[in-house]
Amino acid sequence: MSDKATVLYDHPGPRAKRLNLVISVIFAAVLIAGIWWVIDILAGKGQLTAAKWSPFLEGQNWTTYLLPGLLNTLKAAAISVVIALPIGALLGIARLSDHAWIRVPAGIVVEFFRAIPVLILMSFSFLLWFEVFGFSSPLAGVVIGLVLYNGSVLAEIFRAGILSLPRGQTEASLAIGLGKTQMMTNVLLPQALTAMLPAVVSQLVVVVKDTALGGILVGYVELRRMAGTSASNYQNLLPTYVVIAVIYILLNLALGFLASYLEKRLRTRRGGGRRGGAAEPMAVTTAKLNTGGV
Amino acid sequence: MATTLAAGVAAALALSACGSDSTPAATTTAPATTAPASSSAAASSEAPTSAGSETSSGGSETGSATGSASAGDSKVLTDAAAGTLTIGIKFDQPGLGLLQPDGSYAGFDVEVAKGVAKELGVEESGITFVEAKSAEREGLIERGEVDFIVATYSITDTRKEKVNFAGPYFIAHQDLLVKADNTDITGPEAMGGKILCSVTGSTSAQKVKDTYAADVALQEFGTYSECVENLRTGVVEAVTTDDVILAGFAAQSPGEFKVVGNGFSDENYGIGLAKGDTAGTEAINAAIEAMIADGSWAKALEDTVGPSGYTIPEPPTVG
Amino acid sequence: MDFSFLSDPRYDVLGAFWMTIQLTFWSAIGSFVLGVLLAGMRVCPVPIMRGFATAYVNIVRNIPLTVIIIMMSQVLYSQLGLMLAVREPGVNPQGFLNSQNFRLAVLGFILYTSTFVCEAVRSGINTVPPGQAEAARAIGLKFTQVLRIIVLPQAVRAVIAPLASVLIALTKNTTVASAIGVAEASLLMNTLFENEADKFLAIFIVFALGFVILTLPVGLILGWVAKKAAVRR
Repeated sequence: MSDKATVLYDHPGPRAKRLNLVISVIFAAVLIAGIWWVIDILAGKGQLTAAKWSPFLEGQNWTTYLLPGLLNTLKAAAISVVIALPIGALLGIARLSDHAWIRVPAGIVVEFFRAIPVLILMSFSFLLWFEVFGFSSPLAGVVIGLVLYNGSVLAEIFRAGILSLPRGQTEASLAIGLGKTQMMTNVLLPQALTAMLPAVVSQLVVVVKDTALGGILVGYVELRRMAGTSASNYQNLLPTYVVIAVIYILLNLALGFLASYLEKRLRTRRGGGRRGGAAEPMAVTTAKLNTGGV
Repeated sequence: MATTLAAGVAAALALSACGSDSTPAATTTAPATTAPASSSAAASSEAPTSAGSETSSGGSETGSATGSASAGDSKVLTDAAAGTLTIGIKFDQPGLGLLQPDGSYAGFDVEVAKGVAKELGVEESGITFVEAKSAEREGLIERGEVDFIVATYSITDTRKEKVNFAGPYFIAHQDLLVKADNTDITGPEAMGGKILCSVTGSTSAQKVKDTYAADVALQEFGTYSECVENLRTGVVEAVTTDDVILAGFAAQSPGEFKVVGNGFSDENYGIGLAKGDTAGTEAINAAIEAMIADGSWAKALEDTVGPSGYTIPEPPTVG
Repeated sequence: MDFSFLSDPRYDVLGAFWMTIQLTFWSAIGSFVLGVLLAGMRVCPVPIMRGFATAYVNIVRNIPLTVIIIMMSQVLYSQLGLMLAVREPGVNPQGFLNSQNFRLAVLGFILYTSTFVCEAVRSGINTVPPGQAEAARAIGLKFTQVLRIIVLPQAVRAVIAPLASVLIALTKNTTVASAIGVAEASLLMNTLFENEADKFLAIFIVFALGFVILTLPVGLILGWVAKKAAVRR
């Protein structure tokens, strides 16, 4: 990335260096002034006192509120992904079917659930569960909502993964007399699965963030909601939100690094003889698909 | 479009069906109880529970399992005879039912729950507390996951169709919480030009909208803690819900807030238990009466919401 | 199926969707401006600006939008006193409250969505062949000129499709504004779920279709524009 960016400008000469320095100093000054302004207001409002922040040094705050909340977040995310993966695979393959009566309904389902906000899907699933089973379950509401949405997104990832494979793979399979099902299960799917792994891991970031929707209307006690309970105990709303934001950032950055690590490994492994042509489209897919989601 | 919807609903139903696979399994393997033992879905409320229940339950695993003896009709009495009770409370309401940092529970509802348990002959170590969020209370009772619920549970006719109510053990009134130094807000009619805060979709919010919407602005948030935090910073001028809940928040920050004390509705808090469990209802009613008679009712109230300056009311007539 | 709630004067379904559209509109404009600015900073020659933009994108993108929106209200407004609307004394403050919450939500959506715009634009910048930038520099254009005249016009055309998905995601994300009491579609749907639970399927269908109607044309039209505008290489 940085190699490419430097193409936009020359190696700075003495004048450019001076100019860059001036801009840097001004920008840094504005940035520091801004940070100072925020800190000053925070201090003025008594948000920076030890009493507001020391609860995070107490083990009980973590064991009673934050960790169980985080656990619920991870639980909802993990269950959703485990259920959404096979559903996504089925829908993705169905969209590639030769039969219109399979392809078209699968396409409609995918497009429909991708068009609806996850929050609305959760609210609806929550009520549907209650109507069907006679009792309410926030976890079920959150999980079904996430599965409906992410199943559709994963279907697109699967489809893109299969389509990204070189045509020669299909042609070769047909040439040696494989049936369409055999071609899919023995040749295309195994390759597509590895190719789409980074995109699936990136989608996990979206799922983890979306679990926080469960605390708004459905009442699932995930990290954000549990943080609210903690904050009403210690009366430190702002510090608590800052801390959970950091937790989410670290968690999602880790997932992001894992995704790009997998992508890099995949590319070097495949780039052996050819010029990494097959892996390239998947990289685009990852970037494109992750613009969605909350 | 019909295809889309049908497909969508079918998918949703299929998903719900596969998500609940463990429910029938649990029903068949669990000993005969009034309702299936905890299903997979109940796990949602178990995680926050487990941290605390370990300390208070002292080994008893689930209340519903101990009901296996099920000789009598009353689940509560059967479980109480076995020495263990599973009780639903709120976990996030200071003064009423609050999960504390050390994993223990505090509040008036908690004290009432303990008092009733004691009258039924159950030690404190035999109680398992589980979280009963407002929307889940009927479900918890109907599935037999709790013996009874003490969680700011207003007695209403709609709810009576699904559960039995003992009590009332307390009569709350919708009221306003304001800053301690505020003198001009004396009631909802004095809220002209002011901003009031309540929880999204709550009955308190609805009442304000219906009655006072012409002059009062209503800010809705997800929880009362968010409202109280905004009252502290002065962004809203008052918070409205049941007075005893407000008193709990006021007690949490002594000297900062006060309850106006001009209630404008009656909410009869009852103890919810299984529909048709007459023996259990009578036993709990007797327990509440005993608590009122021996002064432990007033003491519990004094200890939990008293610090807010809340005037302890006369006990209600039970039954 | 009972759709009678649509004619009930208590439930202004069109008004709620109008609020969703307004939220989307202002947030989209703001996100585009801030996103392009951030993308410019991410590729600019000044290291401190690059660092700031990179840090900003990686931090904000990884926080759940729910947390950001609630922080807008609870932290920026309540704790830090950020006022985005004027409260006139003697008037029912509902109007003030509505605009304040609306603007806080829009600000939150801009801060969040701009990171995705930035990433989309940056990947668009990368599609411009380095030779063009080199040629532009060879004829003496400065960095800002290279960016403005040569790179950005091509980059923006290359990112119409990804930006369309960002816009669709934003439209759906506006439902999170319900967390701070903005009366948009999902808040009304939830009220309807509470009050008319027996008609929940009809209610869901109406709101689901509403979002399909809002998002589907965006995808189709911008997809078509993206194809038209694509830079032929």
